[in-house]
Amino acid sequence: MSKTVAGLRYSESHEWVGIDGNIATIGITDYAQHALGNLSYVDMPETDDEVTKGEEFGAVESVKAASDLYSPVSGKVVEINTELEDAPERLNVDPYANWIIKVEMSDPSELEDLMDEAAYIAFCEKEK
Amino acid sequence: MEENLLKTCLYDRHVALEARMSPFAGYDMPIQYTSIIEEHNAVRNGAGMFDVSHMGEIFVSGTDAEKFVNYVFSNDIGGMPDGKVLYGMLLNPQGGVVDDLLVYKEFEPDHYLLVVNAANIAKDFGWLLTNAEGFDVKVRNESDRWGQIALQGPKSEEYLTGVLHLDDAASLSFYSYMEMSWKGQRLIVSRTGYTGEDGFEFYAAEDIICDLWDVLARAGVTPCGLGCRDTLRFEAGLPLYGHELADDISPLEAGLGVFVKLDKDNFIGKDAVVALKEEGLSRKIVGIELDANAVARAGYEVEAGGEEAGIVTTGYHSITLDKSICMAMLRKPFTELGTRVDVRIRKKSFPGTVCRKRFYATHYRK
Repeated sequence: MSKTVAGLRYSESHEWVGIDGNIATIGITDYAQHALGNLSYVDMPETDDEVTKGEEFGAVESVKAASDLYSPVSGKVVEINTELEDAPERLNVDPYANWIIKVEMSDPSELEDLMDEAAYIAFCEKEK
Repeated sequence: MEENLLKTCLYDRHVALEARMSPFAGYDMPIQYTSIIEEHNAVRNGAGMFDVSHMGEIFVSGTDAEKFVNYVFSNDIGGMPDGKVLYGMLLNPQGGVVDDLLVYKEFEPDHYLLVVNAANIAKDFGWLLTNAEGFDVKVRNESDRWGQIALQGPKSEEYLTGVLHLDDAASLSFYSYMEMSWKGQRLIVSRTGYTGEDGFEFYAAEDIICDLWDVLARAGVTPCGLGCRDTLRFEAGLPLYGHELADDISPLEAGLGVFVKLDKDNFIGKDAVVALKEEGLSRKIVGIELDANAVARAGYEVEAGGEEAGIVTTGYHSITLDKSICMAMLRKPFTELGTRVDVRIRKKSFPGTVCRKRFYATHYRK
């Protein structure tokens, strides 16, 4: 059973979003890190890059494959988690304590398309 | 779900172990049981076992067997002692590689076993039949009747003797084999493998293979999937057909010239290899070590000073060496050791340095 955290929003591509005003903190879920296996690299955008909801903003590399990361919201990247550059395995250890990017949202109403915890748990059940 | 996938005799065991299964060469094969990293490390530090029953077994026999095998095989089997194993390739007339394979000299005059890649069984069998015209030989594809397990890692010999009690096989030297028996049935044991470690490969009928697997599993040998088979062979610089070898890649370009014996009589592909050797190579497979940890995957483009330099054939973040490395087919002069190149990974360029492709020092015994 994958872990989830109450209060976060979730995408169908298994990213989580934490909301603080118009800043969205984005990471990958426990379900995602488990499915990917041991991660060896996180490819992140740069600060000030624009990201678009539903479009790829980076990737995570496991032994076998690279998996694209999809932005759950649109906006401008205001911060990246540089700790992941040398320690991508943090995403395996605790995917909710280790965010990937922070985005200043250009359209916070996009959050309404994301799932809450209960809906995401149900979604993961169906994915199996 | 993929339709019509073949299953090896060990399929039910993989499913019971909850392996992650994936189609490979027409078979539904285990990619990993627990994690590629754990399984990889088990083989480097202890012992792991692989179901490689999908590999092909083709038997060649008859008065002209030696002449015929030497005509289609790049290495020289002339006067090969019984029980010896040789690596080499089937070449096409253009000097490209039809397949890479092992030839076992059986303990009967004029009898050879050819062990070929699963993906190429039909192609190789057809190739052998076509080229057997005029030779007094029988070519039999027995791939469906044989299962195979590879026991690999520094502790393989301990399991061979302590658990399987096949003590005689411990005296085998690398690339040789013995005819043994298990429960009264034929068992071939060779000191061969595809991981860069010491190890043994077992060939037998399916029920025997299942029995061997169960005994090894009970003794605690780590079941290993095709995922780590690839990371292991890659670190050791061993080629995989379809990546470092193909119908349009010369063994010289793959760095396997030592397995093409140009001093032996006419064989298929010889003229083309000789010609290429005289003309000089225009491209070659090399290693690249990346500065960053991004992973260069097969098919990614390599540039040097803004110029197109070649393409990645296999790449990983090396589990044993903890750095990102890849093998790539590069044009000359970018193949020179120490050349700085850039690998295009998604939208970015990652710098790296050309190096030898044997990233990991192999630990073969005897």
